Amino acid sequence: MLTFTIRRLILAIPTLLFISLVIFLLLELAPGDPMAQVPLTVPPEVKEKMRLALGLGEPGYIRFYKWLVQFFWVEPQVLFDHMFGTTFSEGKLRIISWQHRGPVMDVVVERLPQTLWVVGMSYIVGILIALPIGIYSAYKQYSIFDQAGTFITMIGYSIPPFFTGPLVIVIFSVNLGWFPFIYDTTHEVVDWDSFVYQLRQMIMPVMVLALQTTAQISRYMRASMLDNLNQDYVRTARAKGLSERVVVMVHVLRNSMIPVVTVIALGLPAIFGGAIITEQVFSVNGIGAQLIGAIQANDLPTVQTLTFMFAFLIVFFNLIADVLYGILDPRIRYD
Amino acid sequence: MTDTTNTEPSTPPRSQWYDVWHQFKAHKGALLGGIVFLVIVFGVFIGPLLWPYDATYIDIRSRNQGPSLAHPFGTDQLGRDLLARMMAGGQTSIAVGLTAMLLALGLGSFVGIIAGFFKKLDGPLMRLTDLFLALPILPLLLVMMMLFREPLSAAVGPERGIFILIVIAIGITSWMPTARIVRGDVLALKEREFVLAARSIGTSNKNMITRHILPNVLSPIMVSATLGIANAIITESALSFLGLGFPPDFPTWGRLLNDAVQYLQDYPERVFWPGLAISLTVLSVNYLGDGLRDALDPRIRGR
Repeated sequence: MLTFTIRRLILAIPTLLFISLVIFLLLELAPGDPMAQVPLTVPPEVKEKMRLALGLGEPGYIRFYKWLVQFFWVEPQVLFDHMFGTTFSEGKLRIISWQHRGPVMDVVVERLPQTLWVVGMSYIVGILIALPIGIYSAYKQYSIFDQAGTFITMIGYSIPPFFTGPLVIVIFSVNLGWFPFIYDTTHEVVDWDSFVYQLRQMIMPVMVLALQTTAQISRYMRASMLDNLNQDYVRTARAKGLSERVVVMVHVLRNSMIPVVTVIALGLPAIFGGAIITEQVFSVNGIGAQLIGAIQANDLPTVQTLTFMFAFLIVFFNLIADVLYGILDPRIRYD
Repeated sequence: MTDTTNTEPSTPPRSQWYDVWHQFKAHKGALLGGIVFLVIVFGVFIGPLLWPYDATYIDIRSRNQGPSLAHPFGTDQLGRDLLARMMAGGQTSIAVGLTAMLLALGLGSFVGIIAGFFKKLDGPLMRLTDLFLALPILPLLLVMMMLFREPLSAAVGPERGIFILIVIAIGITSWMPTARIVRGDVLALKEREFVLAARSIGTSNKNMITRHILPNVLSPIMVSATLGIANAIITESALSFLGLGFPPDFPTWGRLLNDAVQYLQDYPERVFWPGLAISLTVLSVNYLGDGLRDALDPRIRGR
């Protein structure tokens, strides 16, 4: 199992390098000019100096190498220093945003909690709703509950979050006035009332994101349960006289969870991607909103770093899914 | 002498496609999905010929109207008829969906067949597919839109430039599932006797692929096609919704939804139609794909 994990870890490194190269080349080959916004009255030699100040003078491969060093070596040092009060990173150049004139990571650290709160909550809520639906509709296959559940998950699968978002805003904010329209990121939880307010403003974004998660995971759960319910070991368990509850909830469920757990791990990065849209709809000031802002401001270092962070998440959770599969299902382990 | 009339089958012989159609008909959701999709497609392409208003005609005196007989969906902030805009937007959205799907399907089938058929290329091509699967699609699409929209717009005109850009961007980021499925099927097909038989009479690789492999992997390709349309329509709408798709005066469903969200507080009902159109199209296409999957699978067919 250890060699399996290590092999996967080693495979992840070229993948990440390839992705960072793709992102870098995409930004490099793009015909856009970062100096395009500078007024025409600025003389060309000053423009050239501004270019050099942004670090654009050097050839591409040196800038790529520098970015890699900054991302994988300097930024972790900054984090380490911040946690333990050491001074490893002193005087080293960090990835600087063109938009804020400050380190990109500082902004990311400010914004990440909003995204994590909304995305994390919605994922947990989605899973908690999806699993019982999947289990019950597989157990009562072709019943009315199953038909309705399949239909609803199909709808959840098909309706994009940029429609459900405005729709729930119209229903619950405009017409009913239950929940606040815009997510207030400066809000701090200090007492019961502010906690209730936080809960109320989180309900709608969480609901929208959770619908997507629920639709996907309950489909997988149902299919996986159906695969297992007709197996011989289930008949054996029933023949031994185990109660129906134990048969379904212990024997079948545990075996059905194997593929579902990996789907849950694989789906998490996609949810971060989906959060870009949901954050836009509800004005949540998270990293998705930061990416959109950076794209509109032509802030290439931020775009590069954020896109790579999304890629990192995908590779990381793929790795986790692979390892989990190996742990849960001994048949998969081929070391 | 035996009576030859008795040995004739009582029912006329049925072709494979008749069987597929028969099974497809039995799936009520798929049939309904197919009908709804066809109605939407015909509606957006033939509707503008029958409807008196133009999608870009500005009538500032009748702006922000609610639904009425003259304007069933109402008018927008510049007095443009929303039904006409919905139909014009639908043309673009569906055209983008179909073209991007064809591109992704072509790429995916090509990579899948080549990887499955030639053992030497299997490893590298599948690693490439894995790498593409690890790319963060939505952020990358946004970056591509940001970087290439202006040069392309300048080169071939704003609308066509964005159209080409969106189609290519969606196409090259969504071929991977098709490639994987097709490769798996090709690998299984290669072990079958008819391939061995064809090989033994000296069929060339090119003929082998076009005559024997391709027709047999057509069903997974068709199922991916339907799912690809749904995916492309959603992606295009998402890009337009985020303001990085088509230019503002050019209607697509995602763009109309984005415009409507800005007037959410005053005219909340405007959000409804473009959103419904996107969702209904995607839902019908998904059901169509579900039904096709069942109908084209000979193990399920006839049950």
